[in-house]
Amino acid sequence: MATAQQQVLATVNLRAPVPGPPQVNRQTRSLFDRAILRRALTDAFVKLNPRKMMKNPVMLLVEAGALLTTILLIPGLTQSVDYRFQIQITLWLWATVLFANFAEAVAEGRGKAQADALRKAKIETVARRLSGADRREERIAGSQLRKGDLVVVEANEVIPGDGAVIEGIASVNEAAITGESAPVIREAGGDRSAVTGGTMVLSDRIVVEITSEPGQTFIDRMIKLVEGAERQKTPNEIALDILLAGLTIVFLFATVTLKPFALYSGSDVSVTVLIALLVCLIPTTIGALLSAIGIAGMDRVLQHNILAMSGRAVEASGDVNVLLLDKTGTITLGNRQAVEFIPAPGVDAKKLAEIAQLSSLADETPEGRSIVVLAKEKFGLRGRELHDLGARFVPFTAKTRMSGLDFENNGRAIRKGAADSVTEFIRARGGIFPEQVQQDVARVGGEGGTPLVVADGNRIVGTIYLKDIVKGGMKERFDRLRMMGIRTVMITGDNPLTAAFIAREAGVDDFLAQATPEDKLALIRKEQAKGNLVAMTGDGTNDAPALAQADVGMAMNTGTQPAKEAGNMVDLDSNPTKLIEVVEIGKQLLMTRGALTTFSIANDVAKYFAIIPALFLVTFPELQALNVMHLATPQSAILSAVIFNALIIIALIPLALRGVEYRPLGAARILRRNLLLYGVGGVIIPFVGIKIIDVLLHALRLA
Amino acid sequence: MTTLEILKIAVYLLVILALTKPVGLYMRRVFSREKTFLDPILRPVERLVYRLSGVDEKKEHDWMQYTIAMLLFSAVGLFLTYAIERLQQFLPLNPDKMGAVAPDLAWNTAVSFTSNTNWQAYSGESTMSHFTQMVGLTFHNFTSAAVGIALAIALIRGIARSASKTIGNFWVDLTRCTLWLLLPICVIAATLLLSQGAIQNFSKSVEATTVEGKVQKIPQGPVASQEAIKELGTNGGGFFNANSGHPYENPTPFSNFIEMALIFMIGAGLCYTLGSMTGKVRHGWAVFWAMAILFLAGAFVATYAEQHGNPIHQRLGIAAADGNMQGKEVRFGIGDSALFATITTDASCGAVNAWHDSFTPIGGSVPLLNILLGEVIFGGVGAGMYGMILFIVLSVFIAGLMVGRTPEYIGKKIEAHDVKLAMLAVLILAFSALVGTAAAASTAAGTSSLNNAGPHGLSEITYAFASATGNNGSAFGGLNANTKFYNIALGVAMFFGRFLMIIPLMGIAGSLAAKRKLAESAGTFPVDTPLFTFLLISVVLIVGALTYFPVLSLGPYVEHFLMNAGKVF
Repeated sequence: MATAQQQVLATVNLRAPVPGPPQVNRQTRSLFDRAILRRALTDAFVKLNPRKMMKNPVMLLVEAGALLTTILLIPGLTQSVDYRFQIQITLWLWATVLFANFAEAVAEGRGKAQADALRKAKIETVARRLSGADRREERIAGSQLRKGDLVVVEANEVIPGDGAVIEGIASVNEAAITGESAPVIREAGGDRSAVTGGTMVLSDRIVVEITSEPGQTFIDRMIKLVEGAERQKTPNEIALDILLAGLTIVFLFATVTLKPFALYSGSDVSVTVLIALLVCLIPTTIGALLSAIGIAGMDRVLQHNILAMSGRAVEASGDVNVLLLDKTGTITLGNRQAVEFIPAPGVDAKKLAEIAQLSSLADETPEGRSIVVLAKEKFGLRGRELHDLGARFVPFTAKTRMSGLDFENNGRAIRKGAADSVTEFIRARGGIFPEQVQQDVARVGGEGGTPLVVADGNRIVGTIYLKDIVKGGMKERFDRLRMMGIRTVMITGDNPLTAAFIAREAGVDDFLAQATPEDKLALIRKEQAKGNLVAMTGDGTNDAPALAQADVGMAMNTGTQPAKEAGNMVDLDSNPTKLIEVVEIGKQLLMTRGALTTFSIANDVAKYFAIIPALFLVTFPELQALNVMHLATPQSAILSAVIFNALIIIALIPLALRGVEYRPLGAARILRRNLLLYGVGGVIIPFVGIKIIDVLLHALRLA
Repeated sequence: MTTLEILKIAVYLLVILALTKPVGLYMRRVFSREKTFLDPILRPVERLVYRLSGVDEKKEHDWMQYTIAMLLFSAVGLFLTYAIERLQQFLPLNPDKMGAVAPDLAWNTAVSFTSNTNWQAYSGESTMSHFTQMVGLTFHNFTSAAVGIALAIALIRGIARSASKTIGNFWVDLTRCTLWLLLPICVIAATLLLSQGAIQNFSKSVEATTVEGKVQKIPQGPVASQEAIKELGTNGGGFFNANSGHPYENPTPFSNFIEMALIFMIGAGLCYTLGSMTGKVRHGWAVFWAMAILFLAGAFVATYAEQHGNPIHQRLGIAAADGNMQGKEVRFGIGDSALFATITTDASCGAVNAWHDSFTPIGGSVPLLNILLGEVIFGGVGAGMYGMILFIVLSVFIAGLMVGRTPEYIGKKIEAHDVKLAMLAVLILAFSALVGTAAAASTAAGTSSLNNAGPHGLSEITYAFASATGNNGSAFGGLNANTKFYNIALGVAMFFGRFLMIIPLMGIAGSLAAKRKLAESAGTFPVDTPLFTFLLISVVLIVGALTYFPVLSLGPYVEHFLMNAGKVF
């Protein structure tokens, strides 16, 4: 495998320059890109169409109110019209609607920009389809490929559709979807067989079986997703929508009944003023920004190079409290490395190193190579050619569980392998297993390492200490997760002893040793039965059931098609630890909604204090006592509240798009912090804001 | 405020605090069918009840069956009471030969007692026979209280259970509540009240000659027994029109204290029951303190406002030495009257020992606001708890999002369906209180009943509809409520406030019960901290204030400023 990869890469390097498919610019776009803003400005007006506003009942009501105040401006409809005041109210009501539309359009615009880039990757390709029993090659348009078709793709050709490699091996440039220009290897069989339409083969020849119908390819799905065309409201969003609609109706009751109360009290309030009051009270801030928050959340996921199949999946990641991570490649560097030579009694360490090196010279496994490297580092031993020594390599098999060398001339045999296999090997030759080596083996095992015992003929010469290297910074990440209330479980094929040691070293909360795919599935079910929500990553076909069972299943892009289908997210960079980022984005998404809802409701307190005294000041001058902000006139008080209500939407667009800052502090502290910031802050800020606007209005003689 | 008043409030709260755990624990045992010391006496009675009524005590109901059983039971009770009122002239125990009650008043009273409101548009002593009082009304004092408690317990079961279809058996809850909880406490309480001088007899009215030489008819009756359940069951319907201001109902300051303690006893106990049944005792206490703090705030404001008195009187030099004594009993004074008013409206009791109408605007706004907040400050027996759970669901949903998870309440996800039901309940209450008041304020049928004009009149109407919707039943006074308009309209408001609100709440119980309980972690929204208490208080206040601030500002608040400026109504 490794040799094949080297070869392919070598071939790649010979071809320069590499003709790559168009790349998606995946740099974090500045929050307010000029082109996006321009497009959003037009969209804000297009979205005034009531049919489009239907999705957002809160803002639809504002639009209806704006329309009504506009109609009331027609001379003769009402008795006394204070035009200067009413025109301003009307304009600001329309502005409120437009600001909300603008927020949504900006969020969508960022997605659309990404979609446009992706569309360029969807160039029309010519597919070389193999048909019939004789596999005759024919050329058809890539868009006509159907599921099950076989196509052949060679160097410098674009893969015409999503599929699985069934023959051959190739290096592929997947920059079109991942933005990563380093080529990746795709080969038949195993867990790296999936290829994506629109990516380019850089070397060699593969036969691909198409796995998607036209218009359903990965890129098609991705475009729809980022454009928001298929955006469906997530469960929490629906629940929040209901809450907002409910509150809106409560405030509708409160304002509509104010008219008879006013009449009873011998004063009157105009319809325009009632509408102004209603718009101020209903949760317009969150209503205006709700969809922008959702779209921006998906966008953020995509910026991390993760493709979520739905917003629901991202939201669910925020709820996760158990994280299953594969040890190999996620928690540890992936390969065990030799770190120490422990000689048997009476054997020189250098001698052991030399024999160990000999046994590993032709061993292409990462472990074998690491032994050669260690021998060179510690004792300056250089590699030698096998046939110069007259030796033949005996590769590792599952049956012998040993590898080594057989010398053709003198019958000398060198072996390294698991302690019990090597014991058997020397016993058969009349050797004995020294007590000291047994202790060394036990020590290495106890420390979570893997002992390899080395034998030369019938003599044990010592032990090689192989160690799993835990990736840097993992402990901190797991601590962070623990603070969030997420327990990490390490999944490994190692024996329980080794697993426990690595688990301790990496700082995970629990581990599952000697795990089979069935064990994984059973573990997920067990955790779910306990009431936990489980996230996991996987790439192999045998991970598919577990990925499907998990509440959040993130498949690696390098993985097989079944794994990708089973999960609800695909990580284009194939980095399993990214689940942590997805969890954070999911949490951020929910927090942003909650924070703005709280802020929106808290704002109402100040608005009441601005508007209610103003409404009845003529009838009851004593209500001036409630005018705690000392607003200049009743008109300016009402106008200031309406203007504040509109401007706060614009002011909060960056927060909605960027999301509330997430810190892994544990729910209690986050709650305290956010309640203070958005709850208490939400009560105070409008008092200040309305007062400032009032002063300005008065200074500009607008009210 | 004097030290004495502060001390009195403190002692009262301490007594409630001391009662909460034993009462709450006892209720958990009763409703979880665990052993209690009364089992040897009551189990045979209970079994007999089931045998006679054909109830299978082992079978549990899902939320729909539970609700239907409750509605059926209430409907039968309602019609029965209506019939008794209309036919009382033909029925026994009518020594004063009272005639049939008018249809609109009979409807109003039947709904009123079935819904645990006990709004009384009539004077008990001059309208109802002893039979009507005992069978038609006192019966409801027990059953409507038991229904409320049963519903709260069913809702708590919904929260506590995991992946369960059922939430208990309505008939069993009703029976056990009456036998184990209400009757025993009432026996003790009635005895205590008797010891203070409350009366208990079946005599006809006694005639007395007053100092002016006039003949006064003094009605008699089984008062002490009705008094006990009136407070314990937060019914509030007095035997006499003067309610707990009447010396036969509430003879001494000590009986006054007993009555106040009875009002909060079960409501406070249910906080502990909530904590105990859901396995989160600390959560129960967090809810208790949210209620207790709101209670203290109301008690202090009301007492302060009443002691501060009326500036107009003070300027004229005719003010009572210690504040506003108008409409208050001398044997209770300002402190006990303001405290009683706060307690009776925190809970949906509605018993009164003073005339709320005669309170200062701010003093009177406390009972009004208490009712408008939904009577969740300990609240009506059961009703206070399920009303508070409604607010908890909303608090958890709004703030729960802020910790970055799908909102959870004790391991149960709060989802769209639950939010929908919770908002429906909120809307029903707001609609009934606001639209009812608006209708009355804008029609001659509504305003012609007013004794006072201006903001005070608006307060009176608002209070009536709030009291009816909230199933409180206390009257602000100053409003002639025994008219066709008010009898029917307030009857509808009481009906909405009780039965329409309960259906969505039971829906929540069913929905929560069916959900799988999620495990708790450091990321879980905390519901047992002082922060949660603070949050809950804020949500109760903000939701209440935002809905009712306009009407309150045109009622008591503007009246307060007008009073300071020398204007009264």
